[in-house]
Amino acid sequence: MIRLEKRPNPSRFWLYATPPVAVLLTMVVGGILFAAMGKNPIEVIRTIFWDPIFGEFAFYLRGQLLVKAGPLILIAIGLALGFRAGIWNIGAEGQYIIGAICGAAVGLAVFPTENRLIFPAMVIAGAFGGWLWAMIPAILKTRFNTNEILVSLMLVYVAQTILAKASTSFLKNPEGMGFPGSRNFNTYPAAKNGYLIESLGLHWGGVAALVTAVLIYILLTRHIAGFQIRLAGQAPRAARFHGVNPTRLVVMCMGISGALAGLAGLFEVAGPAGQISIDFNTGYGFTAIIVAFLGRLNPLGIVLAGFLMALTYVGGEMASTNLGLPSAAIQVFQGMLLFFLLGVDVLTNYRFRLPAAAATAGAK
Amino acid sequence: MKRRHLLASASLALGLALGGSAFAQGMDKVKACFVYVGPIGDGGWTYQHHQGALAVQEKYGDKVEIQYQESVPEGADAERVLTQMALGGCNIIFTTSFGYMDATNAVAAKFPDVKFEHATGFKRDHANVSTYNARFYEGRAVQGTIAGMMTKSNKIGYIGSFPIPEVMNGINAYYLAAKKVNPDVQVSVVWAFTWFDPAKEADAAKALIDQGVDVIAAHTDSTAPLAEAAKAGGAVIGFGQASDMEAYKPSPRVSSIIDNWAPYYVERIGALLDGTYEQKDVWAGIAGGEVLIGEITEAVPAEVKAAAEKVRDDIAAGTLHPFTGPIKKQDGSDWLAEGATAPDGDLLGMDFFVEGITAELPK
Repeated sequence: MIRLEKRPNPSRFWLYATPPVAVLLTMVVGGILFAAMGKNPIEVIRTIFWDPIFGEFAFYLRGQLLVKAGPLILIAIGLALGFRAGIWNIGAEGQYIIGAICGAAVGLAVFPTENRLIFPAMVIAGAFGGWLWAMIPAILKTRFNTNEILVSLMLVYVAQTILAKASTSFLKNPEGMGFPGSRNFNTYPAAKNGYLIESLGLHWGGVAALVTAVLIYILLTRHIAGFQIRLAGQAPRAARFHGVNPTRLVVMCMGISGALAGLAGLFEVAGPAGQISIDFNTGYGFTAIIVAFLGRLNPLGIVLAGFLMALTYVGGEMASTNLGLPSAAIQVFQGMLLFFLLGVDVLTNYRFRLPAAAATAGAK
Repeated sequence: MKRRHLLASASLALGLALGGSAFAQGMDKVKACFVYVGPIGDGGWTYQHHQGALAVQEKYGDKVEIQYQESVPEGADAERVLTQMALGGCNIIFTTSFGYMDATNAVAAKFPDVKFEHATGFKRDHANVSTYNARFYEGRAVQGTIAGMMTKSNKIGYIGSFPIPEVMNGINAYYLAAKKVNPDVQVSVVWAFTWFDPAKEADAAKALIDQGVDVIAAHTDSTAPLAEAAKAGGAVIGFGQASDMEAYKPSPRVSSIIDNWAPYYVERIGALLDGTYEQKDVWAGIAGGEVLIGEITEAVPAEVKAAAEKVRDDIAAGTLHPFTGPIKKQDGSDWLAEGATAPDGDLLGMDFFVEGITAELPK
């Protein structure tokens, strides 16, 4: 029997090899799935991974990649910070919603004033909203030792209810003929998060995502706080002896991830989405968890992972429309990516041993 | 600005290639595209729209090419899907959910040669955007009549998707019709805040049944509420929604509202083919054949069936309007005077419950 043996040290090779191997396995097994459905697997894979970047409509779709990747990257970087320290914020989706509501509320409150400070104020309010929503599980954890996974996840549903309320009452467009949804920010220049470079799909959210990636990378590698985060995740006991204050760490990690998720929500509501509506959130907060792990919890890796994930969305839609694939097949394909990632990840900490080799090793 | 310019020129080129100038004289071939909010296998709303698309294919054969995309989220994603479709050469795009309203109008501005048809919305910001809707509330009046006569607990339920006017019309019409035949009836409303999520829809049905409700109407897209009602062993009945849902016949599904989009889709694509296409705002009901009442099964007594069918026929004949005064709003203020019927504008913007409903709006 082949058995798994724990490696004395995590394999550096597999740490970096896992994502590409997982992507490759997803392509192969996904291709088999598509072939079983009667589609040409090569054509489907090409439509998903190649066409959005180099195909006929790439001039439009390339920009859409960053639009889609921006919020994923921004949220995932914040989550990765906590995940590294063993603090599990699963409720980024809720923080994203509350950030969007708070930011939008600031903009809508002063409608139709034109002032250059309106958008910056909305950005601050957005980050604050997300931070506030993340502070609930953080404080419950540090004060009452509740489980932040459960609390942050449950707060997503609370946030969705508040979102529904916002779109049907307190943020509802007074000129919307009774229909739910706020005013559209596209018609309000001072509050609009427009494109800075339209062909790249770059708006302030994209800028924030890329700048944050660099800042957090520096924090993790160069700053004492980054060292504490890594230490707390790898050796909690050692971290305590080293003077790491667990309460402060939880508050900091939850706070940063919440604020970043809130920022992502604000950039989305004032930009691509355009308005607060009942189903404004489309799962970025949850997908970002996959992105964080796909990017190895490393800010620069997350940037790549965010683009890869965006590619499967944009390309998946193309495959769905042009080749008649059911949307469920695309979702299975995306799910496979996480599945294989976690599966291959075993090799980072474990290795396969054949019985003979194990016996020899034992004899030594 | 650059992208918009590129898009505009791309659409122009497409328009020319496909005979933009020949528009008035019709087209040889139409590429018709559909954007769906749920999967085509939802057995309800999206299923019916897709049936309409298939009817178009059947009718025009190889003169039409059908493309569709399922489960498109409302919001920013819809805009991208619509743009991809327009770039991909679709001549007419049907967006089949209320939440696609802004996206439809935004993309329509960039592709003036592509026709856009938005279901259940009211914005027609550009000459190439039409809207179409069905008077579902007429069917709710038929269901309310059955519910009022069939309930033993005097508690009837309604699973709301979102508190938008279309749903408010449905709840109010359902309640008013039930109250007409049973003055003691109470309606409970549960908001699912989704169009399609079988798990949430089943939970909503469960919550209603736990409150003692024994007739459930749903304004969501799946068959889950009926599946939940079926577990009550005959004590709870319900209705097919959007589609006939005949698998649950004869009980718990005792009747249904069937959205019949096929005639409209066939007509609009026909008009595009023969060059008579014009911008429109259509709101047809039972009389126009857009809302069909599915078979009322033997699970209800004959007199209930007869009463329900009379409501249906009177609405079709135009002698009965489900909203006929005197009707007050929930807060006690006046809405419709004695004998007055609701103007379409009030129905399209309805954001209140009528008097007698004790449920609260999510505010």
